[in-house]
Amino acid sequence: MAKDKITLTKGDRLHVAWRSTFIQGSWNYERMQNGGWVYALIPALNKLYKTKEDRAAAYKRHLVFFNTHPYLASPIIGVTLALEEDRANGAPVDDVAIQGVKVGMMGPLAGVGDPVFWYTVRPLLGALGATLALSGNVLGPILFWVLWNIIRWAFMWYTQEFGYRAGSRITDDLSGGLLKTVTRGASMMGMFVLAALIERWVSIKFTPVVSKVTLSKGAYIDWGKLPSGTKGIREALTEQANGLSLTKIQTTTLQQNLDSLIPGLMALLLTFACMWLLKKKVSPIIIILGIFVIGVGGHLLGLL
Amino acid sequence: MSAISMILVVVVAFFAGMEGILDEFEFHQPLVACTLIGLVTGHLVLGVMLGGSLQMIALGWANIGAAVAPDAALASVGSAIILIEGGQGTKGIGSAIAVAVTLAVAGLFLTMIVRTITTFIVHIMDHAAEEGKSRIIDMWQVISICLQGLRIAIPAALLLVIPSSEVRAVLNAMPSWLSDGMTIGGGMVVAVGYAMVINMMASREVWPFFVIGFVIASITDLTLIAIGALGVSLALMYLALDKGGSNGNSSGNSGGGNNTGDPLGDILDAY
Repeated sequence: MAKDKITLTKGDRLHVAWRSTFIQGSWNYERMQNGGWVYALIPALNKLYKTKEDRAAAYKRHLVFFNTHPYLASPIIGVTLALEEDRANGAPVDDVAIQGVKVGMMGPLAGVGDPVFWYTVRPLLGALGATLALSGNVLGPILFWVLWNIIRWAFMWYTQEFGYRAGSRITDDLSGGLLKTVTRGASMMGMFVLAALIERWVSIKFTPVVSKVTLSKGAYIDWGKLPSGTKGIREALTEQANGLSLTKIQTTTLQQNLDSLIPGLMALLLTFACMWLLKKKVSPIIIILGIFVIGVGGHLLGLL
Repeated sequence: MSAISMILVVVVAFFAGMEGILDEFEFHQPLVACTLIGLVTGHLVLGVMLGGSLQMIALGWANIGAAVAPDAALASVGSAIILIEGGQGTKGIGSAIAVAVTLAVAGLFLTMIVRTITTFIVHIMDHAAEEGKSRIIDMWQVISICLQGLRIAIPAALLLVIPSSEVRAVLNAMPSWLSDGMTIGGGMVVAVGYAMVINMMASREVWPFFVIGFVIASITDLTLIAIGALGVSLALMYLALDKGGSNGNSSGNSGGGNNTGDPLGDILDAY
């Protein structure tokens, strides 16, 4: 009997993992990721079941509704592989058990994947790459793409193997709090860096002049009295380094006043305004278009 | 633009369209898509810069449950083509971003169409499953992915067909107050993406991290990598203290777990 046992080799599992990359390919409104799910499992199912009837039953079993975060599908695939393997070897694993595991895991895992991948890892890597890219540095996109795919693939393969080894016991591990801790940590890290990004990358500059002060003699560089040629340039630079103003009249803009409170304050307020609007169910597209209108309008009025 | 460039642009658009739904290799992210279009058209640096600017805006765009995010794939591909055909160089980035936002909305409707078509495709898969034919299921999965690719490749090809002289004429007709205003708007629009992310992650527990991050960024010249390293360390310290303290454990967990800002906690509790 033991000789007849069919097992999925590492190659089979790699094949399934590769195919699970395309799990969202046939995403549809009716059963969401079901097509991609069965597409990912097909190499394993074909190895485990040999008769046409068994295969048809297996395909149909896996064409039911399924939806989770695309990367967090990997541990669920791992568990499903383990269950299907047991079933093919004669263990009493019925359809209900397999469905139960799939449905039981997809909700909680989607709740992990969204904050960790979409809201922490991608914004962080994206902002890192974009910062380099803004100055035309090709390293920006390369860094983003390479790091992202290493993290993604390592995560998918490792968690699928983890699920395969753990089998149905994984539900116990999940409630152990590890995933919860990871999510909490990712949120903390994410919020910390987001605040820094808002300060650095949301740019609002108010141009109106608040005050014009005519400086007393000796507080500005008297350009007429400088020696000519390079000597004069040197003199001017020395004077500027000593804190002398470049012009006779010192202008202060609204922006400089705001910056003396804390730089980036307006950016922060704008972000809070957007958060509030989003909570009021205003579509992000409307907000984006509105901000462009404010930008153009403010520029015309001389405010921005 | 040479014929080879045009073909390559359509190929890049096809990959971006596939990724727009798969969300795996991230070819549809502006940083990658705009760079690739810049690369195949010989305007690499321009593409990289547009990608960087658009990426900042698109940071918080993600498909979550029922929430529909603007379509990054069409936005990146379309605006990159227009920027390069317009020939205004880096000056055109501001208006290219405004075009991108419009395209992001248009892309949403195209996605909805394809997702409706795939509903019929899974019924074909059902039929194939009935007969135990895995090859046919495979084939239709590949066809579905190709449809998503065409979703971006076809609009990209249409944009390429428009002669670049006409694109230029339209862009040059744009008065400077409009394009300057667009650039200013582009600087502020970034906030929307951040707001989306914060709304998803914020809970009472994590707000202090936000405040510290903001203050550190505004009063120091630390680079983003340095700030990221600080963030990781602070989070690890917090979690370690939370675990170590006998009282801290229960109070910390109740604070994080019962808060509505912690989706996993809520789901696990309900589960």
